[in-house]
Amino acid sequence: MSIHKDVLLNPLFNKNPIGLQILGICSALAVTSKLETVIVMSLAVIFVIAGSNFSVSLIRNQIPSSIRIIVQITIIATLVIIVDQFLKAYAFGISKQLSVFVGLIITNCIVLGRAEAFAMKNPPSLSFLDGIGNGLGYSLVLILVAIFRELLGAGKLLGFTILPSTSDGGWYLPNGLMLLPPSAFFIIGLLIWALRTWKTDQIEQEN
Amino acid sequence: MSRDSNLKVLIVAFLLCLVCSILVSVAAVGLRDRQERNKTEEMKRNILQAAGFYDETQSIEHQFTKVQTRIVDMESGSFSTDMETEGFDSRRAARDPRTRYEIPADKDLGGIKVRSRYMDVYLVMEDDTLQQLILPVHGKGLWSTMYGFISLGDDFNTVKGFSFYEHGETPGLGGEIDNPSWKEQWKGKQIYDEAGVLKIEVVKGKVDNNSPEADYQADGLAGATLTARGVGYLIHYWLGDNGYKPLIERLKREGAAP
Repeated sequence: MSIHKDVLLNPLFNKNPIGLQILGICSALAVTSKLETVIVMSLAVIFVIAGSNFSVSLIRNQIPSSIRIIVQITIIATLVIIVDQFLKAYAFGISKQLSVFVGLIITNCIVLGRAEAFAMKNPPSLSFLDGIGNGLGYSLVLILVAIFRELLGAGKLLGFTILPSTSDGGWYLPNGLMLLPPSAFFIIGLLIWALRTWKTDQIEQEN
Repeated sequence: MSRDSNLKVLIVAFLLCLVCSILVSVAAVGLRDRQERNKTEEMKRNILQAAGFYDETQSIEHQFTKVQTRIVDMESGSFSTDMETEGFDSRRAARDPRTRYEIPADKDLGGIKVRSRYMDVYLVMEDDTLQQLILPVHGKGLWSTMYGFISLGDDFNTVKGFSFYEHGETPGLGGEIDNPSWKEQWKGKQIYDEAGVLKIEVVKGKVDNNSPEADYQADGLAGATLTARGVGYLIHYWLGDNGYKPLIERLKREGAAP
């Protein structure tokens, strides 16, 4: 049982895909200016990683190694297109804001990384949990970044005003930089710093 | 059969593609109706918002019964009857060689180069009299083409509402064209002066309300000079001679009988 738990929970802090492996940064920069879009993006990524890990693992003994990356990408792309179609049908407003970034989940390194590094070697149930775990690890970082960005950049959280901004007659002068992608770089950098101060074994050896 | 034999590679690739393409097709076909409906609803919502009576609690269909769609021939300003309003898309028409119109460079204030020779306009009717005329407009901002609707009152001169539904301007700076209080200030602004000259402009900073020109001026956006300038230019293009002015002149002359 404990191996299942490890596989599920390790990616949250100990082996966080963004924090330790620095994967999936592109979408972390692009979609994190609002918490609402981040939550939808996170759900989409969790679904895709879990689904692709499960399907790849299911047929892992049949996949010829010469075309294994192509097989993995085909499965991932299929899942992403399905998610994209569902969002366009049932969450139109948010799918407009996420625009191309849903499609770009296909190229999210975390998804292919887990399929190749984990699902090709482990049974379906374990791979599924690993997918959920890595999806959650990714989501955790995105949500933290989005909380900072939306709160400091617009004075809001999930669209509700927390810090009334000066343009609406309040006292808070929004920090415009927070709404631009570079601010996510700074916040992710600070998060990684905090994580490595807490978990010192993640610090890389200096040569 | 060995896992890496050529035959196996072909079989796996074929089966995988078959399964994946079936899944993708089912999702795309099964959800298409809903997606199309979302798109039309979105467009109607934008129009209602520009008209200023969009109410979230009521169905869009019901609210849209007050609105009539017309296709206008931009050159003569007359309503065209041989174009289908259902499914008309002015962006597609701007690309279609039969309906595309290249804007002369010296008139192209909005920086859009081409437009359709026909545009869809919306009439808000109450008891058979025209209340508002809603016109789709677009033009270049700093980064992107901004698409919006401007709504004029029954004098065809007073702005009733103005909003953008699609743009890629910087969030927090040019993106403030979505700010409700900025949009609100457009209400009541005058487009043309008594002599019929296009006078509306977006100023830098705030409008001085004591100035006699205040009715023809809208606030700029701090930190977004180019976006604000783009907004001013696109209004000048679309409400000028090369834009909807022939239509507006005709409606003023003949009234808005449908």
